[in-house]
Amino acid sequence: MATPHELDIDFSDIEEKYKVRLEEGFDHILVVDGVPVIDKSKLEKLLAKIAKEFTRKGAAIKPDDVSVPWNEKTGKSNGYAFIEFRNADAATYALNELNGHPFDAKHTFLVNRFTDIEKFADLDETYVEPQREEYLTKEHLRAWLADPQGRDQYVTYRGDEVSIRWHGRPSQCEVAFEDNQNLRTELYVSWSPLGTYIAALYRQGIRLYGGPSFQLQARFFHPFVRLIDFSPCEQYLVTWSHEPIVVAENIPKGPRSFSTEDEGNNIAIWDIKTGHLLRTFPSILPEGEGAKKQMAWPALKWSPDDKYTARLTPGQQISVYELPSMGLQGKKSLKIEGVVDFEWCPHGEKEREDAAKASKKPTENMLAYWTPEVANQPARVTLLDFPGRTVLRQKNLFNVSECKLYWQNQGDFLCVRVDRHTKTKKSIFCNLEIFRVREKDFPVEVVELKDTVTDFSWEPKGERFAIVSSSDPNLGNPGPGVTIKTDISFYQLDRSKNDFKLLRTLAGRTTNTIRWSPRGRHVVLATVGSTSKSELEFWDLDFNSDDVVKKDPPKEEWNSGIQQLGVADHYGVTDVEWDPSGRYLATAASAWTHTIENGYAIWDFRGQEIEKRLLDRFKQFLWRPRAPSLLTKEQKRTIRRNLKEYARAFDEADAAEETSVSAELVAQRKRAVDEWNAWRVRVAEDIAEIRPEREPHGGAAAARKEKVEEEEDKEEIEVWIDEVIEQFEEVVE
Amino acid sequence: MHPRREQQIIYLPFTPKQNFEFCSDRGCASHERSLTQIKFNKEGDLLFSCSKDHIINVWFSHNGERLGTYNGHNGTVWTIDVDSQSRFLVSGSADNEMRLWSVQTGKCLFVWEFPTAVKRVSFSDDDEQIVCITEQRMGHQGAIRIFNVHRDGDGTAQDLEPVSMFHPVGSKATVCAFPYMPGLILTGHESGKVALFDASTGEEVLSNERAHMDVVTDLQLSPDGSYFITSSKDKTARIHDAKTLIVLKTFPTETPLNSAALAPNMPYVLLGGGQEAMSVTTTSLRQGKFEARFWHRIFEEEVGRVKGHFGPLNTIAVHPAGTAYASGGEDGFVRVHHFDESYFKARPYGEVEILN
Repeated sequence: MATPHELDIDFSDIEEKYKVRLEEGFDHILVVDGVPVIDKSKLEKLLAKIAKEFTRKGAAIKPDDVSVPWNEKTGKSNGYAFIEFRNADAATYALNELNGHPFDAKHTFLVNRFTDIEKFADLDETYVEPQREEYLTKEHLRAWLADPQGRDQYVTYRGDEVSIRWHGRPSQCEVAFEDNQNLRTELYVSWSPLGTYIAALYRQGIRLYGGPSFQLQARFFHPFVRLIDFSPCEQYLVTWSHEPIVVAENIPKGPRSFSTEDEGNNIAIWDIKTGHLLRTFPSILPEGEGAKKQMAWPALKWSPDDKYTARLTPGQQISVYELPSMGLQGKKSLKIEGVVDFEWCPHGEKEREDAAKASKKPTENMLAYWTPEVANQPARVTLLDFPGRTVLRQKNLFNVSECKLYWQNQGDFLCVRVDRHTKTKKSIFCNLEIFRVREKDFPVEVVELKDTVTDFSWEPKGERFAIVSSSDPNLGNPGPGVTIKTDISFYQLDRSKNDFKLLRTLAGRTTNTIRWSPRGRHVVLATVGSTSKSELEFWDLDFNSDDVVKKDPPKEEWNSGIQQLGVADHYGVTDVEWDPSGRYLATAASAWTHTIENGYAIWDFRGQEIEKRLLDRFKQFLWRPRAPSLLTKEQKRTIRRNLKEYARAFDEADAAEETSVSAELVAQRKRAVDEWNAWRVRVAEDIAEIRPEREPHGGAAAARKEKVEEEEDKEEIEVWIDEVIEQFEEVVE
Repeated sequence: MHPRREQQIIYLPFTPKQNFEFCSDRGCASHERSLTQIKFNKEGDLLFSCSKDHIINVWFSHNGERLGTYNGHNGTVWTIDVDSQSRFLVSGSADNEMRLWSVQTGKCLFVWEFPTAVKRVSFSDDDEQIVCITEQRMGHQGAIRIFNVHRDGDGTAQDLEPVSMFHPVGSKATVCAFPYMPGLILTGHESGKVALFDASTGEEVLSNERAHMDVVTDLQLSPDGSYFITSSKDKTARIHDAKTLIVLKTFPTETPLNSAALAPNMPYVLLGGGQEAMSVTTTSLRQGKFEARFWHRIFEEEVGRVKGHFGPLNTIAVHPAGTAYASGGEDGFVRVHHFDESYFKARPYGEVEILN
């Protein structure tokens, strides 16, 4: 019913607006470069392979969608292909997922948008000098090691607050960093093994902070992360979340985030410097009925040089991955039937020095593993070198119920704690099989014990170890309020006979934790986690000898050097840690375990309390680890020789400190008293104004005091008074 | 290595000279349940105690002999106060009654009845008024009432109606007292607040919302009423200026505190508390748990501890002359300690003139 009037109207603008746009763009087409050059015969196979590769990555295509242009002259393909997708979104997804994807050993896909090709072709050919970016000085990540006072740092986590403090002389115990806007955590904090970074766990993932102002250095997106582990040289980070990885649709893709093939896994390995995700794994739970459903952590064990990381599949194999590719080393795992546990041999100072010298061939890594008795095979401990994969030493063991491997931290000795059962399988006793790794053919020494060993600990850089053994009938069924009686024994390598000899046994203790000073010699025995005992014992194992002649064999009597330096008590102690210099010991009572008298204390190596803080909701105390010293052996020796000169400077500083502290304290007290007295005078005037009739307070008190004094002078006289109130006579008739 | 740092606690060289424990095995029927409040009279010769066993006792403070009891309440007696002439005793109980007693005869002179339990009572300086706090329960708001005391006659003729009554809004009041400023009531609250109310209008004149982080458990005035000490479940005790409510001193401890008292003539404060029975996980009597703690009033440093109780300390009172103190515990014991010479002579911080 168009009126002539209407026909005059120009609809072009509306038509323009609502015109149906045909799919005329080429946004849904990708150009894939790096495709193998082939001839016609292989075309079908190639198309199928490309389609499969894309589909595997979540970008589903059919072989028909791929078109490969031909060079008619040579009769071969040009080495690239066009792929058509359903829509532009699918193309974008495929671009993100497959750009740089290794197709096979020789070919890597380079994916571009079809529409971009023209853009790149038309690029201005003239070279334009790029703008030089302003150089920003980054903070030195190890600046704290250069502290002129040589102090150590520690982090405390209390309530929601994380703070990092210096520990030194009383006047130098200041807060190094406390900014809860920036450095927070939702679970706990952790230092990296050389102290460079501090990791904070958030719901979304991990953040690493470092430098003097603790700026954000890196972040790793792993939702609901619960556990983390650093590689020994701080190059890599392993994270674990209970929640399997889910790849959300709207999250930008890239090398730093999870992709579809990571879905369902729990463990992720990251490169710390680049922030790239290297690989993910599902977590392995121990199989079998009745087995404790607890995952072993760390799930990946690192070789000390960060070159390899190994994962155990209990009972089957050890899979060793090379870094940074995270590919399986040698393309196959170490198949070891029944393998229960393994440990890498740590590198000592010698290896580190060798590694620094480029001329020497880097030392091979070594790992030790053990297998239990299976069928007619005896239990076995094996030393294996890697990547050579040759068996260096094997030792058969019998009647084994459990083994535990302990490397000395320099890799000089390996102790295998073997829990053996008697023939009746009723009782358990313990053997210590000690491998001397530095010697030819790896000689093994056996220390036989009658009791159960609950803890074992090597002296760092030393030839001694300490064990906690117990014959308490309550062992194995701990109940509330039960404190298990233990014995502590020290052993030392006797150089002349090449065996380990008992130094001394401390009987009838409740100690369950041994903490060696990181420099050796000093050791702390602690009763941790008990509700009734919380004793700390400080021992020195070289009391008679000076530090300078430490390496000499003891000429005096065998165990004369052992001396107790002090005893202390920290109620409810849950954690005991030495500082990295071995000068101080920190003990903490964490609110994660109980809520009574939470807080921490710092002691010196003699067991004298230096600092104690009782803090509600206190959770975590961690010393900041130190990187290994850069000084050579000669330099260290010179320092040790001139120790007396250095000591003088420190003694003077100590004396100055003491006088300044006490002067300051006296002044502070005087200020407090003056303040109070001035306030009292003001208040007395005020009261006098309000209640003029009332005696000023000071006077009243003085009067009362006088009265008391008077009373004290007085003699006490007791008088009985008979008061006759009424008296009348009744005459009885 | 720096030298060992100065010990944090400088212990006073005193040992309590005499210990009186008012306990059942000494033949005198003492309290069978935990103590709720103890009070010295003005001269300090009498000590009043009340407990959850419904009975109020009065003792001679110098030898621990019991002088008598005040029987009549049918519930936990939460609070007592005695006037400066040792003539009247007022008590508040969980049986919703406040009673006025004759100190001398032990007779109940008057009974006020309320809809809820009485948690705190206090005489004014001039003995003319009583302030009391009643609980917030069963639809009844917590209330603060002020009564006039008719001192003439035998004391049985009292007004049933208060001269003033008001309901503090917000957090309920737990403790109260008359400060030196006339016409004001000083209160401590469940939220940790400390406030001043106008006694006639019930208007909140001044408050310090963040005085404590948890329930205020006790409030004791200085002899002139110009400052006061509060204890709290937040494990601290604090001294406040009564006029401005500014916190002057803080005494942080590691256990929840139930009571705090000022030691007259000496620059110390006494704190008592301990983990509640339900939150104690260990059976061992750990040192430092159930002790009376002495802190320096000005320097805010702990100077000593006195052991003795088997449970948390619920209430502490100091002899008005400062020669003795008494503590009442959850264990049902009242312990009286007389200070010896060394306590008065000790100058752990040297000679410093400190005004009381």
